[in-house]
Amino acid sequence: MTTTVHPTGTDSPRPSSGRRSPLSAIAHLRELPVLLALVALILVTWLINPLFLAPQGVKDILLNATIVIILAAGQAIVIITRNVDLSVGSILGLVAFGTGSLFVAVPGIPIIVVILAGMLFGAVLGAINGLLVTLAKVPALVITLGTLYIFRGLNNAWAGGTQFFADDRPQEFGNLSVDTVLGFPLITLIAIVVVVIVAVFMSGTRSGRDLYAIGSDPDAARVFGVPVTRRVLFAFVTNGVLAGLAGVLYTSRFNSVGATTGTGLELDVVAAAVVGGVAIFGGSGSVIGAALGALLLTTITGALTAVRVDKFWQQAIVGLLILAAIVIDRIAAVRTARRLRVSESRDV
Amino acid sequence: MSENATKQATRTSETANVLADEPKGRTGASRVLLGRDAIMIYILLAFLVYASIALPRFASPVTVGFLLLDVIPVLLIAMPMTLVIITGEIDLSVASIAGLTSALMGVLWQAGLDMGTVLVISVLAGVVAGALNGFLVAVVGLPSLAVTIGTLALFRGLALVVIGDNAVANFPPALTGFFISKLGATGIPTVMIGVLVVMVFFGVLLHFTPFGRGLYALGYSKEAARFVGIHVNRSKFWLFVATGTVSALAGVYWTLRYSSARSDNASGLELTVIAAVLLGGVSVFGGKGSIPGVIAGVLLIGSINYALRLSRVSDVVLIIVTGSLLILSVITPSVISAIRRWNHDRRLRRHVPQAPASGSTSAVHQAH
Repeated sequence: MTTTVHPTGTDSPRPSSGRRSPLSAIAHLRELPVLLALVALILVTWLINPLFLAPQGVKDILLNATIVIILAAGQAIVIITRNVDLSVGSILGLVAFGTGSLFVAVPGIPIIVVILAGMLFGAVLGAINGLLVTLAKVPALVITLGTLYIFRGLNNAWAGGTQFFADDRPQEFGNLSVDTVLGFPLITLIAIVVVVIVAVFMSGTRSGRDLYAIGSDPDAARVFGVPVTRRVLFAFVTNGVLAGLAGVLYTSRFNSVGATTGTGLELDVVAAAVVGGVAIFGGSGSVIGAALGALLLTTITGALTAVRVDKFWQQAIVGLLILAAIVIDRIAAVRTARRLRVSESRDV
Repeated sequence: MSENATKQATRTSETANVLADEPKGRTGASRVLLGRDAIMIYILLAFLVYASIALPRFASPVTVGFLLLDVIPVLLIAMPMTLVIITGEIDLSVASIAGLTSALMGVLWQAGLDMGTVLVISVLAGVVAGALNGFLVAVVGLPSLAVTIGTLALFRGLALVVIGDNAVANFPPALTGFFISKLGATGIPTVMIGVLVVMVFFGVLLHFTPFGRGLYALGYSKEAARFVGIHVNRSKFWLFVATGTVSALAGVYWTLRYSSARSDNASGLELTVIAAVLLGGVSVFGGKGSIPGVIAGVLLIGSINYALRLSRVSDVVLIIVTGSLLILSVITPSVISAIRRWNHDRRLRRHVPQAPASGSTSAVHQAH
């Protein structure tokens, strides 16, 4: 009954009407609510405390958001196929610890090799999830809940009490999250490039569009000739690659990585995707939206500190935001359904 | 017949009934003895026997006591969670509700209210929290997975608002002592009586009342359930109220057992509970599962963890066990049914070579 909404926000082509005007297309963007909320939040905070938008303040917000943005983009791909990956926090932890070990084991290893190795490691972990989900035909929620524990346990067994600190890594690697270009930290630029690539893939390629079809109705997609198993596996592997990248960048951003790195991140990431307009039952939403959702959720923390709201309120407000996002999504869906009914009855 | 014996009898017949109701194609005793729940219980018993032989300190009242004290929060929350998952919904906010209850208890007790009032208000908070979930899912019609991720953050956030980063620990020693006291020399904690009441309540509710049987129908197909006259939304609403209430009870237990009220109490427990429920044979798609199976699942995870801890396996490996058990428990049925289908196809092909591989079964039957 739900309609497939293109990530650009226009409705599926309807026989009764032509293309909508650009203005109304913007007004129906799924990402609009989260974008408005983000702009309003930044404006209000800036009016109360102008220091909020000082270069250092902006840099802090972007640095804090980078990791979650990458994870949320990957999670969006998986959720769009009507699956979910709860193990991303554990994947990030394993890759982050792996990155630390790599720098110690191979002194002078080029940074690009480390990044690629981290992404490859993530891909392997993502493939484990994907294979279990597609071959055993068991819901992703259960499988990835299991691998959440297993990956975390492996991380614990591997790391034990060991921690790697910033001194164990070359200076240039740490500088990735210190140096800025036009006010943007380098790791944030990496994240933006990644999100743009994935967004173009999702909206512009056949296999990207297939993922939406699978999420809207897996059986119909199969009948239509979409290679569902291969595409879903691909979504999990891509998510693993992105979680791996996030793991490497986490190591650059934060001082220490150890056995518990990334614990509890999974629900934040799913929350960011949901706030960004990705429907939890698949078929709708976009990677850009998920990235904006992640940015919104991390900006709130900074904003509350800037306007001197008790820091204890922060999590409760995040919860309210998630609920608001779902309610807005629901209202939009009801309105679309009603409009479709009206246009269908006119056609008769 | 003594009261205890009656209870025992009810529980056995309850198990029998559940298994008998499963449409497995088996009849009579083999249904009961080879069902999914029965296998879960055999595994649990086999493990307990093995552990008692292999680990010298395992079979003792001390084990019983600590094992049960540790699993009580999971056991409690798993009961209503079973019902929720059977209807095809999920509640991720349970641990946050327990944390919120714990924080409230601490603050109210600190403010000088008497213990009775504190307990009533704390449990009521759980009822309200559950009702909020229920309202959003059943009345507004939002997906429960998304809603309860939201309320997971919201309730944990409210716990932080209520108590901040303080901890309250000066609960009356008589009360905290009661919560870790044992029934004579058996080693069974006194609070197990209350837990048993909750278990029997949800077992009877699910397996012996029209409401409970309706939940299975609901889990299979919401439309069909509506057509046969089940109040879909009302059932869901009350189930979320039930998870909220029981989570609050678990929060109270947690606070008094560890004699500490903090905002981060029980955090992360939601995934443990869900893992245990799924391990106990409840299908995450809804429509399948039973209370005896879930109890066996919870106790299996609890006793494996306890045994590993006794043999000095570090805590870190324990979660690998939990995860592997969970994945094995869901993959095994898939693998078995795939093998069975493959066998069936092969037999068909051998018997009716002229029938096309994709021929309909009715044609095959007529050929015979």
